[in-house]
Amino acid sequence: MLKNRIIACMDIQDGEVVKGVNFVDIQRAGDPISLAQRYANEGIDELVFLDITATVENRKTLISLVTEIASQINIPFTVGGGISTQEQAVDLVRAGADKVSVNSAAIKRPELIREIAELLGSQCAVVAIDTKYEDDEWWVYSAGGRIKTSLKTIDWVKQVEQLGAGEILLTSMNNDGTKDGFALDITAEVTDIVNIPVIASGGAGNINHFVEVFSQTKATGALAASIFHYGEVNVSQLKQDLINNNICVR
Amino acid sequence: MIAILKYNAGNVQSVENAIQRLGYKTIVTDDVAILKSADKVIFPGVGEASSAMEYLVERGLDQVIKELKKPVLGICLGMQLMCAFSEEGNTKGIGVFSNVVRKFPPLEIVPHMGWNDFKLLEGDSIFEGIAEADNFYYVHSYYATLNTCTIAVNDYILPFSAALQKDNFYAVQFHPEKSGKIGELLLKNFLEL
Repeated sequence: MLKNRIIACMDIQDGEVVKGVNFVDIQRAGDPISLAQRYANEGIDELVFLDITATVENRKTLISLVTEIASQINIPFTVGGGISTQEQAVDLVRAGADKVSVNSAAIKRPELIREIAELLGSQCAVVAIDTKYEDDEWWVYSAGGRIKTSLKTIDWVKQVEQLGAGEILLTSMNNDGTKDGFALDITAEVTDIVNIPVIASGGAGNINHFVEVFSQTKATGALAASIFHYGEVNVSQLKQDLINNNICVR
Repeated sequence: MIAILKYNAGNVQSVENAIQRLGYKTIVTDDVAILKSADKVIFPGVGEASSAMEYLVERGLDQVIKELKKPVLGICLGMQLMCAFSEEGNTKGIGVFSNVVRKFPPLEIVPHMGWNDFKLLEGDSIFEGIAEADNFYYVHSYYATLNTCTIAVNDYILPFSAALQKDNFYAVQFHPEKSGKIGELLLKNFLEL
């Protein structure tokens, strides 16, 4: 049986892992390679690395970091942050990334999703979506949550699926950093209308939040950052508790 | 020396890293002489079937692979290209295995992405020390049908070939290079054949 995935996310700035709360207030959390290795040993199913600076001068640093991660880590990982061309996606996959995640650039030019999917396969094309609930609607935000777009989340997820996205990483900005649990409503709504894997993100604070998201939505992955970085939730304990709640995990 | 087939598909780097971590020397190549003289050949791949097959045929690599006498391991797209036909771009395959590759019907989430167990039909040596409850990492939208060469079955939407074997040819749908310690063990078993 296919297992639900527990995914650890690392926001990378200047080669180090950092974690913001509600998309601001950056704190340092350590060296990405040793953290990634620790997670792989503890039973994390996948890793996501997001380059939150994503400037041109940081591209080379990111590529060499990806090369280093790929040489040492034997579980799948996704890399994202500022990817705006097919070539950048190819460079990251060549360096050893299993998937690349696009966000703002795909909002600006949706064809980017199709281009990446056609060249590298749909399984490589992850679309990260930052969504925020405002005025009775879930809206898509771009630029790392700084700019509100006119896209409704429900419309955007349908469009990215049609363009060939292989996976959606859905982050609720309202929940991110709160540790109050995942946004079950929008996650359930999205997983009901698309037929590609959806990773729920934003708000995980304890083990019960993972139980909730896997039992109340069709998300096949759940992502968290700080609670893993700071050891607030132990991965093997999390897996055991999920199994005890009849949720299928590795 | 372990030769890793170089062609227009991604993920060659991850496979090379995994084999090097096990202490073997590798070469990524499409040189026929090297492919023939290597101890083992790995046929990796993530990508689209018809364009990959076109690349192989243009260089005569399809025939070279088929005629290899050394142990060959196809991974993911590599496995699918070793079959007779793929619905992905409606392309002929190399034909080491006579089964065909079809697209998953959209009855559940496609791609089949994540960790999944398997059922072993024959206790082949590449699965030595690996239990059916152990998980490998899969990511694919197309699957190889079952046939007499199927040595391991996975059931997602429908039963399909998780692993194939015929003479010196081995193939797996999952990614051992991304499957943690279990994947490492399978690669080690293959490399020690």
